[in-house]
Order: sequence, then C-alpha cells, then structure tokens
Amino acid sequence: MTDKPSKPPRTVPVQSATFTPAVNAEIRRAAATGIYDIRGGGTKRSVPHFDDLLFLGASISRYPLEGYREKCATNVTLGTRFAKTPIELDIPITIAGMSFGALSGQAKEALGRGATAAGTSTTTGDGGMTEEERGHSRLLVYQYLPSRYGMNPDDLRRCDAIEVVVGQGAKPGGGGMLLGQKISDRVAGMRDLPAGIDQRSACRHPDWTGPDDLEIKILELREITGWEKPIYVKVGGARPYFDTALAVKSGADVVVLDGMQGGTAATQDVFIEHVGIPILGCIRPAVQALQDLGMHRKVQLIVSGGIRNGADVAKALALGADAVSIGTAALIAIGDNDPRWEDEYQKLGTTAGAYDDWHEGMDPAGITTQDPKLAKRLDPIMAGRQLANYLKVLTLEAQTIARACGKSHVHNLEPEDLCALTIEAAAMARVPLAGTDWIPGKGF
Amino acid sequence: MPIIDLSENGLRHLNETLQSQAQGTNQQDWEIINPRGSHAIAVGLDAPIQVTVSGSTGYYCGGMNKQASITVKGSVGPGVAENMMSGMVVVEGDASQYAGATGRGGMLVVRGNAASRCGISMKGIDIVVEGNIGHMSAFMAQRGNLVVLGDAGEALGDSLYEARLYVRGSVKSLGADCIEKEMRPEHLAQLAELLERAGTDADPAMFRRYGSARQLYHFNVDNASAY
Repeated sequence: MTDKPSKPPRTVPVQSATFTPAVNAEIRRAAATGIYDIRGGGTKRSVPHFDDLLFLGASISRYPLEGYREKCATNVTLGTRFAKTPIELDIPITIAGMSFGALSGQAKEALGRGATAAGTSTTTGDGGMTEEERGHSRLLVYQYLPSRYGMNPDDLRRCDAIEVVVGQGAKPGGGGMLLGQKISDRVAGMRDLPAGIDQRSACRHPDWTGPDDLEIKILELREITGWEKPIYVKVGGARPYFDTALAVKSGADVVVLDGMQGGTAATQDVFIEHVGIPILGCIRPAVQALQDLGMHRKVQLIVSGGIRNGADVAKALALGADAVSIGTAALIAIGDNDPRWEDEYQKLGTTAGAYDDWHEGMDPAGITTQDPKLAKRLDPIMAGRQLANYLKVLTLEAQTIARACGKSHVHNLEPEDLCALTIEAAAMARVPLAGTDWIPGKGF
Repeated sequence: MPIIDLSENGLRHLNETLQSQAQGTNQQDWEIINPRGSHAIAVGLDAPIQVTVSGSTGYYCGGMNKQASITVKGSVGPGVAENMMSGMVVVEGDASQYAGATGRGGMLVVRGNAASRCGISMKGIDIVVEGNIGHMSAFMAQRGNLVVLGDAGEALGDSLYEARLYVRGSVKSLGADCIEKEMRPEHLAQLAELLERAGTDADPAMFRRYGSARQLYHFNVDNASAY
C-alpha cells in the first residue's frame, strides 16, 4: 500500500508573452478612459539599432592613427548644392528641431547656448522662432512646418538655414498636438490661437502636395531669402530611398532623415511604436539614392533617431551620413528624466527614465513645460554647458573610433569598417555579419 | 513707371529688384510684363510699392508679402499671397488652390473665383472673393476674415478656430465644428469695412456669418466621429 497521495502537482502560473502585464494594464486603461495614450519621446521598444554594429578597427592591413597626436577632423559643411551661404559646423552633430511650446524658453536657450559653444547648430520647432534661441544660437535652422505657426519672412531671413519638415521619425504621416495645459498666452500668441485649447498641428503642408509642388515651394523660399540659405528637407523614416530621391529632385541642399527612435513632444503611443522604421534601416537606402543620383556628399545627409554616444555618431557616418542630429539625448544632457527629481516623478506616477508625459506640461526638470515655476528650475547657462560637454564627448568618442580605423576625418569612415552582430542589422546596414562575408540579401 | 520684362530679365532679377526697394522709395509703381505663368513672382516684398503684373502667374505670387500692393491682371496659380503679412494683393481673374494660405495680415481680393482650400490655415489675413470658392475652404482657419460673394463648396470652415466667414451665396456643406452664427451689428459693420477696403460693391445685409462652434477645442472622445 502506498500512502494516500499528497496534493497532485499543478502547473505554475504563467504570464502570457502576448498579454503581458503592461499590455493588460493598457487594455484596462483604454477601457476606463475611452482614449488612446498620448506621450512624448520616440519608440521604447527594442529595435535593431547601432548597438548591433561593431567597428573592425585597424589590423595588419589597416593603419590606425595616433590618438591625441594625429588629426582626425570633424568639421562638416551643409548646403553646398545651391545656397550662397552654406553652414559650417565644427562637429558633425546638430540639435534637432524642438518647439517653443513643447519646451520652455529656458530649455530653448540652453540648447542654443550648448550648440553654439560646441560649434554646431540648433533648430526651431513647431512654434516659431523665439528670441531666446535666436539670441543664443550662432547657427539656427528655422523649420518650415505644415502648421506655419509664427512663420514670417523676417525670421526666414535671420535664420541660417531653412528646414522644410515633411515628417518626423516618431510619426511619419502625423501632425502634432499640444494640449491646452501648455498653450500659455505667449505660446498662443505665437501660434495665433486661443490660449488653453488643445491645439492640433496639421500633418500636411497647406499649400503644396507632392514633389513637383515642393520644388516650386523651395523656389519660393529661395527667392524670398535671396538664395542664401541652405534648404533642408526633413522626412520621417518610412521610404528612405524614394523620399531622399524626391527631396533631391525637389531641390534640397540637405536631406534630414529621422528614424522611429526620434522623439516627439506628444503623439499617440500607437503611432510612435507602430509607424516608421528604425534609423538603422534608413541610412543605406538614403545613401544609395544619393549615389544613384550622383549626389552623395553634394546633397548632405543628416540622420537622427536614437543617437546616444560617439559610437552611434561614428556608425551613422560610416554608413554614409554627413552628420547626425540629436533631440532626446540633448534633453537628457540638460536634465530631462534626471533621478534628482525622483520624488516628483513618483508623485506623477512614473519614475526617472520613464517620464514621457511631456504633453502635460508638469515636467519636474522644467524642460517640457510652460509653467513658469517649473521652467525656472532650469538654469539655461548651466544646462547649456552640460550640452556643450556632452557634444564634446560625442565628438571625442567618434574621433577615437575613426582614428582606430585609420581615418583622418570622421567622414572617411565607411561601411567596410563595420560588421554586424545580428542578421537583421547586417541586412539593414548592408554590412557583413561578424566573422563572415555574408550580407543578407547580397548572396554569397 | 519701370517695367520689368520677365521674359528677358528672369525671376531672380525681378524679385531682387523689388525686394531691394527701400521704405521711402520714390519709385513706387512697377509693372511686370510677360509673367507667362511663372512661379514665385513678387515674393517677399517689404516696401509700400505698387506692383502690377500684366498677365497670369503660377504658384505663390505675392508670397509672404509685406506692405506692397500687388495687382495681377490675369489669373493666379496655387498659393497666391500665401503667408502674407500685410499689404494687399488683388487678382482680377481667378485663383487656384490655397489662395491666401496661412496669411497673417493684409488683404487678398479675388475678383473671380477661388478654387479649393481658399484661406486654409489663415492666421489673420482678410480675404474677399467676389465669385465662388471651392471645397474645404478655411480649413483649420485660425484668425482673420473670409468674405465670399458667391457660393462656397463642401466642408466650409472644417476644424475652424476663430476666423470669421461671411458668405452671400449658398454653402454646399459646413465642415466639422463650423456653424452658422448670428449676424450682429458689429459683424455688419466689419463686413461693410472689408467690402469697402476690397473695392467690392455688395450689401452686407445679404451675407450670412459662419464660425467655430468651439466644440472641438478640447479633445473629447465623444467627438471622435466628427473627424
């Protein structure tokens, strides 16, 4: 006889990989509120990225350059195709467009100060040009957006370059939104809107459609500004080969290509996470388009979306970009999501590093807000120094890698310097899987 | 009066010449001949000069105009007087799409008809169209006044903010959040002033006024079907 059997074994509770706790929480939130989730930032999910690439460095067949002794230049000239006055940057890293309205005046000033100290440009956003950023930015790119908030010929003439924004990586095909909490009297005045309303920015330009019209629009902008300013065309990462080719056809001096990791001030989470492609998959097709048209290095390519360190910069340049642009990283450098505000993040139901309700205007760091008390927390001089420091580190890191690859200019980095850790990255970046000569899609 | 022949001098010469006119210039009257449908004619002007374009133009004639008075003796392509800041643009013929788009000030007068999206995203400009206007006119219009003596096409004033729309003829349909509003004495007075400034003979009492219901100013999921 055996003893009476004890309680039979049972399966342990298993959480669904499809219906995760986060997914279920979002379903419950949607059911309770009837509205989609809106947030700032770029994609949070893991996508193939620059981390999936490695540099090969020098070896018997490649000479390295001596660090701290042999020069590795970082300057870049933007707008050499048609503009009478191209932009000369000391470093291949620019500050992406972010609006006054989305950001406080202090934050815009800090970005201008930091960029200027580092010898690069900053960019306006969907709210017009403020004195803070013009006054503190040696080189300022003026965005020409569908909303045309604050657009005027005087600011067009006092900028250093014009960026026609067709789309952005966080939301290719989407417009902007700025909720009422952030529409202060000043913001409303600049946008010709009533204060306090939930403001929608158009997703399409009001007076042109398609590349043929864009060519005429660019002609008009050049005629208004005497053909002096470089004209950029910014597109979200979607169809990079064709968008780049069409931007070139339309007369762009510079193409700005923003991958899905690029941030936004506020958009539906479903849009951020499910529309557009990672920057890693954008660069080679865009470069291919430029090469096919004989315009590589003649029309410059700026890429953005998830640039965090000098390795990312170097990898983007090695894939063929002329420069990169940073937004989210710049905000973090000046204090966004800093753990010093953890207590206040907790009160907002979040934590440092995860705070993304930028549209609500309650940013403890005083960056994504129009609340004067919060905005005052950001010292634009100190924050500007932090940004300049960060930009210097990015540049030094990119130079370190370039020297290791034997390059006397960061633009001399090339795909041959790279390999990929994953098949996906190898296919997207069109470089061999590490230790092989296999590039998916290229055959053997 | 100086005459600039666009067929001989080219667009750059034309715009550079007009843009370089100083505030107090004695050379106030200019004529442009042989425009031949060219784009970006007389854009970015910033002086109180009178410019007559003898013929029809392409896109963006008078774009971003400040102070200048531009008269087109012909018809204009898309985006006439786009983003105008001040001054006056008069089109004696018809206007294509997006007439007066995003205009922030000044007055645009179209003696003929204007096509779709007339006054799209307008931000303070006054527009008077003596004929009809096409569909989706005054879409997302923020400020300013649109006066139409003829008929308006579908979806007039869709997603309107604070712009005022005055229409004498029929309106095929109103867009989301656009409603007819009471014509009070101050509106009749304003309309009379606009018509007089445009040199247009019409009785303000014959017009109806349309504006924003302001129901979409704050996002509400119950309004989702409006979009």
